[in-house]
Order: sequence, then C-alpha cells, then structure tokens
Amino acid sequence: MGIEKHRNILDYTLLSLLRRKFKNIGIILVFTFVIFIVGSILFLSYSFKREAYLILKGSPEIVVHRMMAGRHELTLLSYMKDIIEIPGVSKVEPRYWGYYYDSMTKANYTILSMGETVMKTSRLLKGRLPEINEKNSAAIGKGVARARFIDIGNVFSLQSADGSQMVFNIVGIFETDSELMTADLIVLSESDFKRLVKMPEGMATDLAIYVYNETEALTVARKIRERFPDSRPILRDEIIRTYDAVFGWRSGLVLTLFIGALAAFIILAWDKATGLSAEEKQEIGILKAIGWETSDILEMKFWEGLVISLTSFLPGIILAYLHVFFFGASLFAPALKGWSVIYPEYRLAPFINFYQVATLMAITVIPYIASTIIPSWKASITEPDIVMRG
Amino acid sequence: MRRSSIFFLLTALKILIIIALFVHSRIELSNRMTLWKDLEGIVSTLKLTDMALFTDARYARHPTQADLFSAFQDYPGSIEHFPTGTIVPPPEFDSVETVIKIK
Repeated sequence: MGIEKHRNILDYTLLSLLRRKFKNIGIILVFTFVIFIVGSILFLSYSFKREAYLILKGSPEIVVHRMMAGRHELTLLSYMKDIIEIPGVSKVEPRYWGYYYDSMTKANYTILSMGETVMKTSRLLKGRLPEINEKNSAAIGKGVARARFIDIGNVFSLQSADGSQMVFNIVGIFETDSELMTADLIVLSESDFKRLVKMPEGMATDLAIYVYNETEALTVARKIRERFPDSRPILRDEIIRTYDAVFGWRSGLVLTLFIGALAAFIILAWDKATGLSAEEKQEIGILKAIGWETSDILEMKFWEGLVISLTSFLPGIILAYLHVFFFGASLFAPALKGWSVIYPEYRLAPFINFYQVATLMAITVIPYIASTIIPSWKASITEPDIVMRG
Repeated sequence: MRRSSIFFLLTALKILIIIALFVHSRIELSNRMTLWKDLEGIVSTLKLTDMALFTDARYARHPTQADLFSAFQDYPGSIEHFPTGTIVPPPEFDSVETVIKIK
C-alpha cells in the first residue's frame, strides 16, 4: 500500500507535467544543455590534466635555464661540472632545442637534438631516431609530415643560420598516437642542430638535471640557484603544476558559449523559485479541496523536481561524455586549437572524476528540486479556497 | 503501462548507458597503459617538457619554459593575441608585493 501510494502520486505528477508539456520540455532542453556544456568542460579539463600528469612524469627532474637581462639565454656547458658535484645529483645533460619558423607553410616547428640515443626505436616511431653524430638525418612529428607532405625516405630542407640550405633525409616519423607530444618536432643529431642554428661551442639551450632522490629536487634546485644566481631551475613538479593550471583555466570562448545557457537556466529556476503560476496554484487548491494532505502535495512537487532534473541530468552527462571522448570535443575545438598551422590529432583518454560529477549533480539537481518544493509548500499550507481564488 | 513504470524504465536505461560508458572508460584506460609508458619513454629520451598542443607562439608551445613574468610576453597581464589565451591563463601575481600609493 505504502509504495503504491507513492507510485500513484508519481503517476499523477507525470500526468500533470504532460499537461504543460511545452513549458516542461523547454526546461528539460535548457537544463540538459547546461549539464552538457559544464560536463564537457569538466571531462575535457580533467582528462587533459591526468594525461599531462601521466606523460610528463618522464620529463627531467630539473631543467636549468640561464637568464640574461630577464631573457632566456644559452647556458654554458661549464655549469655542468659544478652542478654534478652538488650532493644528490645523479646526472647532468645538455638540452639542445629551439624553434624554426617555416615561411613556406607558415608553421612553427620545435627543433631539438638528442644526446646519447637510449631509445633508437619505439612503438610510437615509424623508422628510427638519428644517431648522435649522424649527418643530414631527421625524425619528424606527424604534424610536420602533414604540413610538408613528406614521408620516410623523402628529403626536406631547412635554412641554416648562415643562410645555406641544409637537406635532411627523413629516417623516422612519430606515430599518430604520440601527436600530443611530438606533432611539431624535428629531431636532429647534435652536430646538425648546432650547424643549423650556428650554436657557439661550449653552449647548450639549457641543462637537464637528474637526482637520486626525487624529494631532494627542491634542495638541489635551491643549491643550483645559490651557486649560479643567473640560473632559473624549473622543477618537474612545477611543469606538471603548470599544466594543471593551464587546463584548470576555463574561461574565454568556452565560458562565453556557456554563459547564455547558464543565464537562461538561472532565469527559469528563478521564475520557479519566486512563485507558482495561477494554474499551478489552482491545481494545489483543488487537490487540497479533494482531500490531499500537505505532505502529498510536497511529495508531488518533489517528484516533479526529480523527474525534470533527472530527465535532464542523465542525458546531459551521457551527451557530454560522447562529445568529449567520442567526437573529440568538436564543439570546443576552435577554442582549443588556436591559430597555429600544426594541430596535433589526438583522442582524449576517458578519465572520469566522480567527485566533479557528484558536485555538478549537487549544484544543479538539488537546488532545482528545492526551488520546485518551496513555493508549493507556501501554497499548500494556505486554505484551499484562498489558493484557488488566487 | 503505467506512466511511472515508463519513467522508471527510461531512468534505468539511462543509468545503464552511464554504467556502459563507465566500463568503456575503464577498458580504454587500461588499453592506454602501454601507450602512456611508450610516451613517457619518448618524453624521457627526448627530454621533453611540454605538450605540442598549441604551436602558435613560443610561450604557448612551451608554457612551462616561458619567461617568468608573463604568459603573453608583451607585458604582464596583456591581452593575448591568440585564441590560446582562452586556455592558457596569465601568470599569478600573488607573490608580487609592490604597492602603489596615491597621495
């Protein structure tokens, strides 16, 4: 009997909602859209954060830049001798990297050379990486290959700092799965890199420092800073934190997209919270007059809020998941891509943060149900004839 | 069929879809374990520090290696010329303690 009574009230609620179907369908559509947009932003940013964390774990523990006049300057290799003597430092390696603006394709490439080749091949690399002193060979990212229409075995040229053209054989291309990290890379041998950018002897772009115990990285960084006041150590933790901040930044275009829907939703919720329509008041009066208790009316209104919010929330979350992880967040793609020529193609890993989903549910479903119940409670404690007369 | 039964059925169906998406997420993530290991290998071999998400400018390509004082180079807090600025935030100035007093 108990459950049957609740089902009867739910049946009546659904009938009542269907009587005002256009208004309710409107609310459901806006509500679903709001959940879809917010859900998509949450899924997208969380997935990027997690992915950045998992991948950038492989970055050097400390990167040391040399600063001059507030700008990043080439680092002296002589620093390495002093840094390796700092207790806790296991290895110091120079990094050679920079940018190359390709005026033909108007793309900006990241050029880098590798020191000792530890990994010659990888599942994510078609072909191989150039050897340390191999001349005129390069491995490139998929984005560069697309921009230049080149493949393994082809040649391409870059203009060196002295104006001459340097020709490179493509010995490797990074696979699509790695584009998030490698799309715009051109990996050269150390000697070719130095020749291309005319790097002076005894210099490197910056230094990569490895420590025995990761917890000592901060102390090591402090010691490097003390010994070389013109240096700027960047910890791996800071690198990961930067990406946390980058993807936590939810504003601009994405927010602008969402703000219209949010405003519409707030107006709707406000409209419901501030009072019932004459029709709804009349309905409550009639129900009271035919013997419904105040608690029954509140239950009916609770069901009404729950039906609308669940009918909106669940599809909103499902659509957000499909949008981000099956369709690559195509709605936000223009904001994400920027103005560059080289776009990495990637499929986001479907990380779900249940805490965020639960919070989203708590800040949308519960206030909506509350905004449905409170004005009805006011009407249902008033005498039926007064309510019916308005 | 009663309206409440239809409502419960539809809600159950949606919950089932969500459970299916959750299972999809778990399977996808476990399939990607090797991919992340390989990517970490590439990152560590090439000593990479940044994702190749935005290649429109130096500070967008390598946000972790950019100058300390600005994300957007020209002057601190300047408006970004690229849409990337909608994603990459300006730096935090919490540590700046300069106070300008107007008398």
